[in-house]
Amino acid sequence: MIETTLENKTEIKSSMVPALATIRRAIWETDDTFTLLIDPPADGNAFAFKPGQFNMVYAFGVGESAISISSDPAKPNMLAHTIHRVGTVTSTLSKLKRGDMIGLRGPFGAGWPVEEAVGKDVCITAGGIGLAPLRPVIYSLVRQREKFGRIIILYGARSPLDLLYRVELEQWSKLPNTEVIVTVDRGDSSWKGHIGVVTNLFSYIKMDSRSTLVMVCGPEVMMKYTVEELQRRGLSQEQIYISMERNMKCGIGLCGHCQFGPKFICKDGPVFRLPEVHHLLDKKEI
Amino acid sequence: MQLQDLTESLHKHPFLSNMDDELLKTLTSCASNVVLPEGARLFGEGEDAKTFYLIRSGRVALEIQAGERGQIRIQTVGPGEVLGWSWLISPYRWHFDAYAVEQVHAFAIDATCLRTKCETDHHFGYEMLRRFSEVLERRLEATRLQLLDVYGSAATGGENY
Ligand SMILES: Cc1cc2nc3c(=O)[nH]c(=O)nc-3n(C[C@H](O)[C@H](O)[C@H](O)COP(=O)(O)OP(=O)(O)OC[C@H]3O[C@@H](n4cnc5c(N)ncnc54)[C@H](O)[C@@H]3O)c2cc1C
Ligand code: FES
Repeated sequence: MIETTLENKTEIKSSMVPALATIRRAIWETDDTFTLLIDPPADGNAFAFKPGQFNMVYAFGVGESAISISSDPAKPNMLAHTIHRVGTVTSTLSKLKRGDMIGLRGPFGAGWPVEEAVGKDVCITAGGIGLAPLRPVIYSLVRQREKFGRIIILYGARSPLDLLYRVELEQWSKLPNTEVIVTVDRGDSSWKGHIGVVTNLFSYIKMDSRSTLVMVCGPEVMMKYTVEELQRRGLSQEQIYISMERNMKCGIGLCGHCQFGPKFICKDGPVFRLPEVHHLLDKKEI
Repeated sequence: MQLQDLTESLHKHPFLSNMDDELLKTLTSCASNVVLPEGARLFGEGEDAKTFYLIRSGRVALEIQAGERGQIRIQTVGPGEVLGWSWLISPYRWHFDAYAVEQVHAFAIDATCLRTKCETDHHFGYEMLRRFSEVLERRLEATRLQLLDVYGSAATGGENY
């Protein structure tokens, strides 16, 4: 936990108090997933964040949820959160419309290793709403396209109707030296794309196992199988980063809610290099 | 395609990578090159499994007839993958319908020819079984993951993220 000294007391206090932010627009991506476009808190500072960081999003009178930032880090004046409606807080957020207010604390956590990826091939592997926390990193890679080798985006969703960011996936697939392969778990005969789990997609790409950095985000069981497949293909654990999800409260390493041994998912993560958290994959919350 | 060329291109298929030359020659004698147009039906549920395919390009969809739910597309098989193993296991009948979703280039392997070779040359037979077991194990794992419905909502038993 953070040692509470006089110096960091003010910082902690400001991290615990939500700042007001205004909804600019709500976009329904699928039947149960929506993106809130948000004017960031008007405290005079642009809301700078790193790809992979999250905010604690407060639905007034209802509660708070950790939600990754899904917008472009180069455009901090317009934040986006893509949210899967699953329970109390996310259902309340799903009813918000233009002009409504929410509370935001953040941005928190460690992000994706964009700097480390310079000069390498990058493979982004996402499952379901796991594409949301990865979208900012894709924006960053695409913006500085010449700094990276091949960019491979593998994305699995439940069905064609559950695919997020379809237009952008299409646009990214047209970029030089960039491959986007999408698969769904279920489809009908109108779907001409792949059907099967996201790990199958590794059969269709030739990955240089020495020079590729992989970033994975999705349900834990999907990440577990993905990691096994990557290791089968010769990648070391050091080349793999994953984003862990655990129930959170404070978001800043104070309450211990998300603590696993010496690690706080909120503060040391949610993005980790695999060797740091491999033993936690599939481990139930404690 | 000459037999020699066919052996060489078969060698490049991931399913046969690092296969011993002699064994590959045995397989080549049962193989041919096929091009299937979009929409072509490769085989149907309940039919004799006479041929299996090593896909080179394009995509094949496997479908089952699920009563009132109609025809369900359960999986696609793409470049570098193997289509069909029912030829290997008695009573040698397909469990699915297979259609080309787009134009498919593949090696078609005559199953009766291959079964005979497996029976007469056990070394070859073992090698085929070994390679197919790996494919089966991976497919089983993938099917389990697919059944978990990991992207479903908490209400449907999936995870919420
Ligand atoms: C770092 C981080 C980033 C996240 N980013 C996103 C994102 O970008 N988009 C998004 O939709 N979701 C994201 N989540 C998950 C999100 O925080 C939860 O879905 C949300 O808190 C659920 O709140 P609720 O009140 O709507 O659901 P509840 O009513 O609290 O619960 C509904 C169901 O969801 C489960 N649940 C609740 N919270 C969590 C959680 N944190 N992790 C796992 N299961 C949970 C419950 O067990 C229950 O089954 C993220 C979580 C973390 C930790
Ligand atoms: S320590 Fe409080 S949420 Fe991580």
